[in-house]
Amino acid sequence: MEEPIVQYKNIRKSFGDVEVLKGINLDIMPGEKVALIGPSGSGKTTIIRLLMTLEQPTGGIIEVNGENLWLMQNKKNELVEADDKHLRKIRGDIGMVFQHFNLFPHMTILENCMLAPTIVKKKDKADVKKTALEMLDKVGLSDKVDLYPSQLSGGQKQRVAMARALMMRPKVMLFDEVTSALDPELVGEVLEVIRDLAKAGDMAMILVTHEMDFALDIADRVLFLNEGTIEEEGHPTEILVNPKSERLKDFLTRFTNSR
Amino acid sequence: MTWSWDVFINVIPIIFKGLWITVGLTIACYLFAMIFGFFWVFMSRIPWRPVNWLFRWIAEFIRSTPPLVQLFFIYYAWPAIPVIGVTLNPFVAAILGLGIHFSTYTSEVYRSGIESVDKGQWEASTALNLSTAQKWRHIILPQAIPPTIPMLGNYLIIMFKEVPLASTIGVVAMLHLANDYGAQYYKYVEPLTVVALFFLLLSYPSALLIGRLEKKYNRRFDKKTATL
Ligand SMILES: Nc1ncnc2c1ncn2[C@@H]1O[C@H](COP(=O)(O)OP(=O)(O)OP(=O)(O)O)[C@@H](O)[C@H]1O
Ligand SMILES: [Mg+2]
Repeated sequence: MEEPIVQYKNIRKSFGDVEVLKGINLDIMPGEKVALIGPSGSGKTTIIRLLMTLEQPTGGIIEVNGENLWLMQNKKNELVEADDKHLRKIRGDIGMVFQHFNLFPHMTILENCMLAPTIVKKKDKADVKKTALEMLDKVGLSDKVDLYPSQLSGGQKQRVAMARALMMRPKVMLFDEVTSALDPELVGEVLEVIRDLAKAGDMAMILVTHEMDFALDIADRVLFLNEGTIEEEGHPTEILVNPKSERLKDFLTRFTNSR
Repeated sequence: MTWSWDVFINVIPIIFKGLWITVGLTIACYLFAMIFGFFWVFMSRIPWRPVNWLFRWIAEFIRSTPPLVQLFFIYYAWPAIPVIGVTLNPFVAAILGLGIHFSTYTSEVYRSGIESVDKGQWEASTALNLSTAQKWRHIILPQAIPPTIPMLGNYLIIMFKEVPLASTIGVVAMLHLANDYGAQYYKYVEPLTVVALFFLLLSYPSALLIGRLEKKYNRRFDKKTATL
């Protein structure tokens, strides 16, 4: 039996007095594609930010490859809050693509892709460059490598962001509504890249998305999040075509109507 | 009182000697302020409240007291303090006094530059697993500093104009030489005019240069950050 690569065990998260995640239990298998849907404010972004270590949970445990993310054992074998070294070790398996791209504006497209492998993994620069060029070719941007982010369209920026994240060879990739800041005509090209990635395989993906058809197409599993709890989960057709809970039905109708 | 061109011509080379001291002192104070400015930024970012409040308070205190008082303190009062008291030569005292005073301004400039960097830049560099030092060096500072260059340049000019304060603790620069000359020959107008001319001659072109830097960096920044 294969072990999950990521496990959320009763994860809670509060901002001040407001509890936005109320006990999330979630196992992600290696290579599994999970789509996360739910109304605005339900906690989708927070779930993946916790795994990227951009937020710290207020309760529960997250494990990556069976290792506790936020807690570690110190020399006296006591469980203490993870230090930077521990976080960096585990974080190496996780990658993320942001809604607003977050490219480095002072670097060219190629430099954006080369930075982390060169300085974090300390790989040979010539090798990294070769891989970066291949990667940028894969996302269809081989003619833009020497431009700066501000010279690209939104869709192109998001494809660079994906190439940049892929350069670190994560085992789990997180996507936070990566098409929602794009003009409608640019959404397709970005989804296409994600689709190719998903088909190619062995990388697990958690996608926060409002693109239901897309979720139906590529996800192995869909989770419906509502007010900080996973309200319903299952195979995409089960969730999207035959929803059980009233709230999910409601969400899906409202969603299709608003389009 | 009559204006004498002879005196004017005579006094130029005398004051010119002091010009180098003024320029040297300005540069030394400025470098000190630029580097020490990072010290305040660093201290106010220590995630331990008491420490960063203490340093914020000290910086605020230094910023809101006159540099002249600080110069006098470092030069006259500090040596009298038991144990930590040290007698400094006037030049060093001036670098420390003015340098520390202006470092509290440069630190504010740095802080504004750092805060202007989008939060997403920190998050993306975390997602790419950069260390804290790498984030600062490769991502944050390269974006935070360029837009502050014009403001830092303005401080260079302001400091240049404040440096004559050092004559009060005995640094022999332009103003001091002019004063000595005046005391000796009862001629004040010509030497002081020369001092003013020298200041003008240096600050005006610097101001022009800074204006150009301003344009250059604003443009550069527009181009690159229009949208990330
Ligand atoms: N840093 C923060 N400080 C305070 N509250 C926060 C913070 N981040 C998120 N929240 C709150 O937590 C709740 C969940 O936010 P989250 O961004 O995870 O929702 P979401 O499901 O991604 O919503 P959306 O579809 O609008 O992106 C929201 O009510 C939000 O206001
Ligand atoms: Mg969100």
